Amino acid sequence: MNRSRWKLYLFLAVGLAFLYIPVLLLVIYSFNESRLVTVWSGFSTKWYGELLHNRQLLDAAWLSVRIAATNATFAVILGTLAANALVRHGNFRGRTGFQLLLAAPLVMPEVITGLSLLLLFVTMEHTVGWPAGRGFTTITIAHITFSTAFVAVVVRSRLSQMDRSLEEAAMDLGARPLRVYMSITLPLIAPALLSGWLLAFTLSLDDLVISSFVAGPGSTTLPMVVYSSVRMGVSPQINALASIVVLIVSVAVLVAGLLSMRQQPAAKAN
Amino acid sequence: MIQELFKRLHLRDRQLARVVNIGTPYLWLGLFFLAPFAIVLHISLAETALAQPPYTSLWEWVDEGVLQVRLNLHNFVTVFTDELYLAAFLNSLWVALVCTILCLLIGYPMAYAIATAPERRRVILLMLIILPFWTSFLIRVYAWIGILKPNGLLNNLLLSLGLIDQPLTILHTQTAIYIGVVYSYLPFMILPLFANLTRLDFSLLEAAADLGCRPFKAFLKVTLPLSLPGIVAGSMLVFIPVVGEFVIPDLLGGPDSLMIGKMLWTEFFSNKDWPLAAALAICLLGVLVVPFVMMQRLEHRIGGDEL
Repeated sequence: MNRSRWKLYLFLAVGLAFLYIPVLLLVIYSFNESRLVTVWSGFSTKWYGELLHNRQLLDAAWLSVRIAATNATFAVILGTLAANALVRHGNFRGRTGFQLLLAAPLVMPEVITGLSLLLLFVTMEHTVGWPAGRGFTTITIAHITFSTAFVAVVVRSRLSQMDRSLEEAAMDLGARPLRVYMSITLPLIAPALLSGWLLAFTLSLDDLVISSFVAGPGSTTLPMVVYSSVRMGVSPQINALASIVVLIVSVAVLVAGLLSMRQQPAAKAN
Repeated sequence: MIQELFKRLHLRDRQLARVVNIGTPYLWLGLFFLAPFAIVLHISLAETALAQPPYTSLWEWVDEGVLQVRLNLHNFVTVFTDELYLAAFLNSLWVALVCTILCLLIGYPMAYAIATAPERRRVILLMLIILPFWTSFLIRVYAWIGILKPNGLLNNLLLSLGLIDQPLTILHTQTAIYIGVVYSYLPFMILPLFANLTRLDFSLLEAAADLGCRPFKAFLKVTLPLSLPGIVAGSMLVFIPVVGEFVIPDLLGGPDSLMIGKMLWTEFFSNKDWPLAAALAICLLGVLVVPFVMMQRLEHRIGGDEL
């Protein structure tokens, strides 16, 4: 038994190495002095400096962050409502359809979602005059649509594991359901809301395909800039940008992970 | 009296909550996810035109009280008869199948190792799996370009070790697509498998061992069948999106890599043929409905929160 465990861990280590080595190489070569990304010629931070002077890239990054934050906030609201519906309202009529609608965006190829949303926006503009043109609004709506499904998964699992005795106690004492929800349920599922928000934020920040379809001429997001530069070939500036993204994401995931770890024993103790 | 009043208030609140909780997401997804498919179908039946937007209207008032409807099935005829599209569909399904199997073969032992690890270590290992999944997809695909290039890191390493004397051509081939897809989608396989395997009752394995069953046979007879829901969920999370994948074949595959997601993109952005792109989307959707419904059925049957 112990022998096979050892082999299993070795396999896991190799698998994790496969997941991490490419990203690690990316970070290492962002400090490479040479313009040829794959030939090491000395340590330098000049690509980070150049990154800070790349106006186009900075503008795109700012737009992406604004879209991601707006998207994450709306997606958390919608996703939490959807999770409430699935966990708290039992077998309502249309539940199967509701579940299908929530699961489909998780696996739908992005080219389909992107194309169909663009055609919707074009038709809507034609018939009702809104949204006028494409840009921030259309990209944000598109992102909320797929992010909601991911948030719902995260919040739903938390909500269904939650201990309900506190809520019942508050109800017995006469608190109205909305009050109970606000002051008891929401704080208890707060870690899930936070990780849902972060997940929606990163999904939005990362999206290339759907944004490309629904973006207008004046709205270039960060992945769109990265994509067009990557198509030209490997560039050390992109390595530097990637390293910054990796750093931010790692810190965010670490914080979210620690938060939920601290919450876990408390939930169990209840 | 007061109890009665509370009860009534609570009942009204609960009904209101029900309407808001179910209604809002339903409305949003109905408008922005479901309704667009009707429009895609609509436009797939239109003709390309040099106009803004670049397609013709399906109906037209030709006379007082006479509405003429023109359904153009040409796009679907093209998709079904042009060998290029057929080949792209078959190749996309093939790539998705191969990658799903590879992800399963690599992901299963990893998920098993994590699920059977001591509790404390499990959380950290799981975070290590989730972390790359949160890092930009585009950047992770980009990382492989630098590795797989003819003068890239892999070739440099192999050349300096003397294992090869000619650089290998991996970038811009189907192999590069396999590597990129397996790399990007592996966490999607591991997470549902892990969720399933942690709930596995390991006393069943002990019972099998007590009754003289060899470990490998016990795995085949007990663990594998019990983890089937996890296998199906993980496989679908990989298979369905990969069939329509665009970024990986575009950046790692060759210019002639036949993937349907890439062709749809080209029809739309380069050829500006919106109706043909819409017809491709409808056909792709038709292909993917079967595995999607299968996944939902299974999830429904086990009543789990697998995803």
